[in-house]
Order: sequence, then structure tokens, then C-alpha cells
Amino acid sequence: MMLLTLAGRELRSLFLSPLAWTILAVVQLLLGYLFLGQVDFYLQLLPRLASLEGAPGLTQLVVAPLFGNAAIVLLLVIPLLTMRLVADERRNRTLSLLFSAPLSMTEIVLGKFLGVMGFLAVMLGLICLMPLSLLLGGSLDWGVLFSGLLGLSLLLGAFAAAGLFFSTLTSQPAAAAVASFGLLLLLWVLDWAGNSLEGAGRSVLSYLSLLRHYEALLEGVFKTSDVVYYLLFIIAFLVLGIRRLDNDRLQH
Amino acid sequence: MKYQPLVQLEQVSRYYGVTLAVDAMEFEIGRGEVVGFLGPNGAGKSTTMQMIAGTLAPSRGRILIDGIDILDQPRQAKAHLGYLPEQPPLYRELTVDEYLRFCARLNRIPRTERTAAVARAKQRCGLEQVGRRLIGNLSKGYQQRVGIAQAIIHNPSVVILDEPTVGLDPIQIREIRALIRELGNDHSVILSTHILPEVQATCDRVLIINRGRLVYSDSIAGLEQNMRGGRLILGLRRPPPLAELEALPGVEQVERIDAQHLQIHYAAEADPAESLARHAVEQDWGLFELTPQRLSLEDVFVELTCREDDQEAEAA
Repeated sequence: MMLLTLAGRELRSLFLSPLAWTILAVVQLLLGYLFLGQVDFYLQLLPRLASLEGAPGLTQLVVAPLFGNAAIVLLLVIPLLTMRLVADERRNRTLSLLFSAPLSMTEIVLGKFLGVMGFLAVMLGLICLMPLSLLLGGSLDWGVLFSGLLGLSLLLGAFAAAGLFFSTLTSQPAAAAVASFGLLLLLWVLDWAGNSLEGAGRSVLSYLSLLRHYEALLEGVFKTSDVVYYLLFIIAFLVLGIRRLDNDRLQH
Repeated sequence: MKYQPLVQLEQVSRYYGVTLAVDAMEFEIGRGEVVGFLGPNGAGKSTTMQMIAGTLAPSRGRILIDGIDILDQPRQAKAHLGYLPEQPPLYRELTVDEYLRFCARLNRIPRTERTAAVARAKQRCGLEQVGRRLIGNLSKGYQQRVGIAQAIIHNPSVVILDEPTVGLDPIQIREIRALIRELGNDHSVILSTHILPEVQATCDRVLIINRGRLVYSDSIAGLEQNMRGGRLILGLRRPPPLAELEALPGVEQVERIDAQHLQIHYAAEADPAESLARHAVEQDWGLFELTPQRLSLEDVFVELTCREDDQEAEAA
């Protein structure tokens, strides 16, 4: 109940600022353009695909690349969204309202996380309209679509949790954005370096990479370990954020 | 039933790094008391208030709100508290109504009572006319009132106001003071300020702190008693030698201000004004002025905070 109150306030403030609307519009525009490109590409391939046995279908050729692109675009965008969560409240001194209210730090952090996830759900809904529009002229592989959607949601959750944590560290939203963007990008490209390594080093790096776990889900391969990776990632950063806010009261 | 103070500080200290901001502070606040917290800038007022409000944890010591330790059971303790920090914690993008409704929900006011609580807080702080306006567009005075409304919305037993009248114009200051006095009827109020008349105008009791230490704690009546302290200005056309005056009963010390004016220090119980006048007439000193000197709150304050500094200098 309290979580919903906090999340609702967060969501409301987001939509009262031009930032949320701008982000929604720009993301939609970019992804729409990329989506049309993919559809075009699919139409060009169509004659050749017809003659192939077991050829990749509409979902693999259009939806999976769309979700892949969405992940990269949102990697750039989510730090901008999460940067102000705590940093802004700290700078405007509104944090003491939450601290002096009968709330636990866990409620504050989870409330804010839920608020951002609410916004991201709206964004996911808008993104999903694109593949769904394909139903007008074709059919989709629902399994692949849902596994891709699950992967994207988990990935966004991970982005948001990391961004939220960095926002608790500072009172400068821009610093929080840069730090979380840096970390996310690092985790994204981590396994590129892994390619040149051998053995254990390589498998550790590619396990840590945010990208690896996402790719499997995009292809419609559902592995519990991938889902657990994202859940652990989210929980770890939320706990760090809670600890950080607790520390706020203890030390300055 | 045992007397239970509403707010109780036990040997509370707070460090910022190596700097000691609050040093073994100890006091109690009773139900329905309006307490003024006085001190120069950097004395530790805000730190102490933040600790009572639970937004800052003490490095040492305990704070009890209605007998509940604020560190052990923060949620239960904070339910009794309303806090207005130095800078009111307002979401500028919300309207006054939205903001107060959010605060009501934060403080777990049941759904059925929320509208009434918001209306009551608005009415008490004179915000009825601005409910639908954006907080960011309100004047400083109104923003301050929204801040106070936020602190009293859940009808807490303790209201903590950190410098509530800073930056307001004189009329707004009067209104806020009236509001604080009114709050004192059914809440305990802790008020910090460095404006001395504000304390005289609104509080039942004064706590003066300097360099993180409590240097004075008394009721306003006691403070005024203290302020009546021990000086007379005596104007004589033909003053006698100082020794003659000092010999009079009750007189402790005589200082010469100029040729015809003298300052008489006397013990608090024995006011020598009457005997001075009689002697002056009997011995034809040419009495033309006899004025009791009242210390202003400023004097008491300066005296207390400086005496403390002197002692420290001597100790060092």
C-alpha cells in the first residue's frame, strides 16, 4: 500500500515533467524507424525464405532485432530516468520528508523502483504495439515474443536498479547518470574482451555480461539461470541502495 | 501513573567526521509545551532537531519519543512526530492538495479520514485559497505554511519546526507566530530560531545552546526574572565619593559612567532603589534620575554564550 503511494508519486512527478514525455516520444520514434527498416528487410528476404525449409519467421527476423535495438536505446535512456530518483530529492531537500515519515528505507527504495518500473511498463507497452501491428498481415510466434518481452523487462529492471543505486550515492543527478551509464555499458561489452581470453576467465566474463543472458531469451530460449541472473542483479542493487540510504542517517 | 516526558534526550552526541556538533545534550519536553531552541549559527540547533525527527542518527546517546526509542522502533516513534526542516521539503510540481494528500498517505492516515485531515491542515495554516495552485508558484510565505501543514497533518503529539520564520516578511512572521501559539494548545512544539523576540513571543520554555552544549534551560518567566537583573542607573548632580555609595546596604559595586551618572550593581534580592533615593534626598546629592536596567534577552544570550567561551578559553 505504502509502496503504491510512493510509486504513484514518483510516476506522477515523472509525467508532470517534460522529461518523461520526451523520452517516450524519442524512444518510440527511434524504434519505429528501426522497426520499419526490419520489416522492409523481411519483405526483401521473403521470396528466398519461401523456398527454404525451417526458415526463420517473422518473429525471429523482425521482433527479436527490435527488442535487441530497444535494449541498446534504453541503456542510453534509463540512466537519465533514474538519475533524479534520490539525487534530486537530496538536492531539493525533500528527502527529509520521507525520512521523517513513518517509513522504512526498504519501502522508500522499493517504492521508487516500482515507480520507475511503472513508467517502463508504459514504455514496454508502447514498444509491444509494433510487433502486435504485424498481426494485421501475418502471424507471430507467441513463445518467442513473450520470452523476448520477459528478457527486455528483466533487463530494464536491472538497468533501473543499478541507476537507482547510483542515484542514492550522490546529490548530483548528472553524476548519477554518468556513473550508471558507465557501469551498464561496461557490463554490456564485458564479454567482447572475453572473446580473446581462454577458459575460466572467459566464462566468468561472459556470465557477468548483461548481453549474453538477454540474447538467449531473445532467441526464445528460456533458461532459469538467465532469469535468476537478472533477479539477483536487481536484488543486489536494491539492497545496496537501501544500505546506502540507511547510512545517510548515520554518517554525513 | 509515572510522569512520561514526550521527548527525552539522554546524553545525545553527534559527530560529523571528527567535528563534535552536539555534545552530550540532555533535556526533556513535556506534553503541550512550546520550547524555543536558541543558539548562534552553527551551534547545533538543526543537528539536534534532525536527530529528534529521526532523519539523523545520534553518534551516542538515546532519544525517546513518548517512551519509544527512535532508533529501535523508528516507525512507531516517527508516527508521533511532525517535522519541518530548515528548507521545507516540498515537491514543487504538485499542487498543494496533491502534496498534502500524499503526506497524509505517507503518514498512514486511513483513507476515510484523509480528506478531513487535509482540509483541517489547510484550514489551520490558512491555505484554503491556494489548494489547487502549484507549490512552485506560491510565495515563500505560503510555501512555509505548506511546510507546516505537512508537519501537522497527522495530528502528531510533537511538532518540530526548524527556523519556521526565516525569510518571511514581518506580516507573515506574525501570522506564523500566531499559528505556532495556536499549535501549542494541543501539540508539543519544538521551535528553533536565532531571533530572540520570537522565543519571548511564542514559547513557554527556552533552551539556549552554544557549541553543541546546552547552556541554559528555563521557563520564559524564569528567563524574565533573570533579565530583571541587578542594575540601576543613578543620576546625581552632586555625587558623593563612590565608597560612600558602596557602603549602602544591598549595593555591590558602583561604576562611574560620566560625571553625573553612576551604574549601581546590586544583589538580586535586595533592591536598593528606595534607600538610595532616601539617602540622596537626605544628603542633598541632587537626584535627577533613577532607572532600573532591564537586561534584554540579547544580553542574557550574549552573556551566556560568551561566558561559556571564556570558561573554555581559561580551561585551555
